[in-house]
Amino acid sequence: MQSFTTLTAPACPLGLANVDTDQLIPARFMKRSRAQGYGGFLLHDLRFAEDGTPRPAIPLDDPRHAGARILIARRNFGTGSSREAAVYALWDYGIACVIAPSFGDIFASNAVKNGLLPAQVSEADAETLLGLLADGGSLTVNLEALSITVTGTNTTEHHGQRFTFVIDPVRRLQLLNGWDDIDLTLRHTAEIADYRANRATSQPWTFPEPGMPSQAWNTRGAKGRLRP
Amino acid sequence: MSTAPRTLFDKLWDEHVITEREDGETLLWVDRHFVHEGSHHAFRKLDERGAAVAEPGLTFGVADHYVPTRGRPVIADPEVAGMVERLSGNAARHGFRLFGLDDPAQGIVHVVGPEQGLTLPGLLIVCGDSHTSTHGAFGSYAFGIGASEVAHVLMTQTLWQRKPKRMRISVSGRLGPHVSAKDLALHVIASIGTNGAQGHALEYAGPVISALSMEGRLTLCNMSIEAGARCAMVAPDETTFAWLAGRPRAPSGAALAEARARWLALAGDPDAEFDRDIFIDGNAVAPTVTWGTSPEDALPITGRVPDPAAMPADAARRAYIVEALGYMGLMPGVPLGEIAIDRIFIGSCTNARLEDLRAAAAVLRGRKALVPGLVSPGSSLVKRQAEAEGLDRIFIAAGLTWADSGCSMCVGMNGDLVASGERCASTTNRNFRGRQGLGARTHLMSPAMVAAAAVTGRLTDVRDLPPLEG
Repeated sequence: MQSFTTLTAPACPLGLANVDTDQLIPARFMKRSRAQGYGGFLLHDLRFAEDGTPRPAIPLDDPRHAGARILIARRNFGTGSSREAAVYALWDYGIACVIAPSFGDIFASNAVKNGLLPAQVSEADAETLLGLLADGGSLTVNLEALSITVTGTNTTEHHGQRFTFVIDPVRRLQLLNGWDDIDLTLRHTAEIADYRANRATSQPWTFPEPGMPSQAWNTRGAKGRLRP
Repeated sequence: MSTAPRTLFDKLWDEHVITEREDGETLLWVDRHFVHEGSHHAFRKLDERGAAVAEPGLTFGVADHYVPTRGRPVIADPEVAGMVERLSGNAARHGFRLFGLDDPAQGIVHVVGPEQGLTLPGLLIVCGDSHTSTHGAFGSYAFGIGASEVAHVLMTQTLWQRKPKRMRISVSGRLGPHVSAKDLALHVIASIGTNGAQGHALEYAGPVISALSMEGRLTLCNMSIEAGARCAMVAPDETTFAWLAGRPRAPSGAALAEARARWLALAGDPDAEFDRDIFIDGNAVAPTVTWGTSPEDALPITGRVPDPAAMPADAARRAYIVEALGYMGLMPGVPLGEIAIDRIFIGSCTNARLEDLRAAAAVLRGRKALVPGLVSPGSSLVKRQAEAEGLDRIFIAAGLTWADSGCSMCVGMNGDLVASGERCASTTNRNFRGRQGLGARTHLMSPAMVAAAAVTGRLTDVRDLPPLEG
């Protein structure tokens, strides 16, 4: 998994509230293979009219925000469907950090697993940042220090202005280290085997297909290697 | 595990803990993993590692998101056909049970799970679909996950989680005539907002919940994700047990007696504390419809389209309403009951169970729909039962299309779409922009309210429809 430490990049003041994952990537694009890249689908139906012409109201395609790798939004970003493709669309477009006052739970979890930072700020700071970046500019997001610093706007008076953000401490460590959950889990194979054996004995009805093969959890010498 | 009084959720959590790290991340055992056509990203991750499915006996595939609802078994769109075939291929390769297109028990995953007795009290259930919260109606811990987590469960049958906070919504009184669980769900979401339960495990309690059928509880837990809840649940009771009796994979005989004792003990301890407690007056819930592009944009059918000019203090909210009304093509101040519709949809994991179809058919019996519409039952078994009761003939006689089961027009992945600019009265869960099709305008409501809208061609208070003679 990709790690995240600091990022200095242009930031786009998207400014929308309740950006659901259906907006982040409309369902009709999800049949495509990720290999083709999902970046072109990001916020597709907000960015483009039905005939394909760009809608100027969405700042993502505004030349002042060209090269944006950070998005600033209002409350409840990434609500709705659990589709991880919403994160793929952001990531493939180039977005590595979204700043907002709140996030959909599943979206935030999906984001971290793909190296994308969901940085939670106060409503007031989100409003301030949206104002400061309205005409373009860049931010430095520091995950070690949990800080956001204004590093470039049209006027220099706000340069160096600092904001703080919050993120679940475990998610912060995962992002900083680029940890892969599956590798971590496979260190616990013996405990999983014990749990499974106990559950199968104490509540056998929780295994509706007892005849089915299962992972050889009890082969502890296998060091978590999975069956081929 | 402490000896302090525990909530239902505390008990479900404790029962699934395999190991806990110092930082609070906890490895939980997954009892049921449902996968569907959209899970292909996760299977690709599995292939990249050359890994197998750890527990094929606890993994169940259901073809629902992309399946056609008409003309089966032919799938006209080759891309859609590819999605369905990929799921079949993964099921065959990894050796797990698939409820595929040609299976008599096929249907929407959140309908099939309970119907097959795969959903039981006390289980931890996950699926790569946000509406997995539905299964909590049985007193299980059920939640939606993303593709990375689906891959993790496929490979390990476990998930790392941090314990969410606990929230309770108590609903007092009783629901009035023609007021359903859907109305209650929309009322709750409008009251607390789409992020009102964010980060929380939500438990419903109170006399209105006890009186709800299993179908009603499923609808309520289903919609809880639209209030941001991580999961939602109702403590199992006699209603739950009666519904489960005789389901194919539910325990029976001596195992059932033992299971029942465990299930009854899941109810929260009397003094257990919640991080948040919300009280809702069930008597005050009216038939409710949405007017905007978020499920929180809901009002009683007796209300009017909001006027942004009436809220000068909140610029962001005002701008949001202007945008939403622009998309929905609505004028401020118009009575909701005067909004003309172009079509209706009855279906989805929210409201396509037998009780939902009966409620809609009761309104449509002997009447004609003034607009076209699609009825897609929650499962093929629901479809067969509805046909045995003659409900299909009521829908067809009203002029509606009686179709096969799938996610269908709720999400439009199979090509069942609302045309751009069209207004649809829908029993589904999300009125997001473009959810039912590019430019589609969705109004969420209960099955009875959708049926009433079909009859009059506009959003309608089902309580005002005159009873039919004879």
